[in-house]
Amino acid sequence: MLEFIFLFLIVTAGTGGELCVSHAMKTLGEVHDFRPSALLQFVWRAARVGWMWIGVAFMALAFVSLLAMLSMENVSFVVPVTALSYAAGAIGATLFLGEKISKQRWLGVLVVCIGVTLVWLSRR
Amino acid sequence: MKDSPGLHLKTYVFLLLIVLFAPLGNVLLGKGMKTIGSARNWAPQELLHILLRILTSGYIWLGIACLLAFFVAYMLLLTWADYSYVQPASSFSYLVVAVLGLLLLGEKVSLLRWTGIAIICVGVFIVGHTHPRTTEKT
Repeated sequence: MLEFIFLFLIVTAGTGGELCVSHAMKTLGEVHDFRPSALLQFVWRAARVGWMWIGVAFMALAFVSLLAMLSMENVSFVVPVTALSYAAGAIGATLFLGEKISKQRWLGVLVVCIGVTLVWLSRR
Repeated sequence: MKDSPGLHLKTYVFLLLIVLFAPLGNVLLGKGMKTIGSARNWAPQELLHILLRILTSGYIWLGIACLLAFFVAYMLLLTWADYSYVQPASSFSYLVVAVLGLLLLGEKVSLLRWTGIAIICVGVFIVGHTHPRTTEKT
């Protein structure tokens, strides 16, 4: 039961956080200049976007949940079951970022979910 | 506006970095947390003690360093590629993490688990063969 709660937190907070960060990064635009000074300047600009901080807070919650789950289960179990974020990611990207998900991508997401179910069943 | 010429190559290089750093980071975190152990009664005092052990663990910090490298590569990639492309495509790391768990931590990976992970990768393969950008560039 505890493991299920932590998995839920990893998936929802992790995906929510990444959606916020993705939204923030899109407002900054594509990176063309990879020199260290330009990258530093980019990080500075990113730090001033509010969505970035909301995203980081969500990701921190997901990270703590990941540590808790890793203390209970093997890494070869924990990381694959977090692939459940695929479903959450596809749904979230459609709803909040206006990205169009093709039928082929939905099929991939479905297959991933089947895989996650099998890994979950392999729990000790 | 047209995509820049090296968009696909640049995308693959960053995907490779992501697929290497994320599993290595997770395996190091797993090693660290297994050494520390899980909470038994969830009392505040016990959780504080665990937090202290986490903050002073070399494995945890090494893992965090790997995940930071992953995170920077991931953020840069997200500036030009869609989230719904990046997340699935980067997830070959699920296979890499099981291999590293087996080789470095000696974890027992059952046939059922390998099958599940392989199916996850098939799903990833299906999703990965779509164009990096589905929304109009603004």
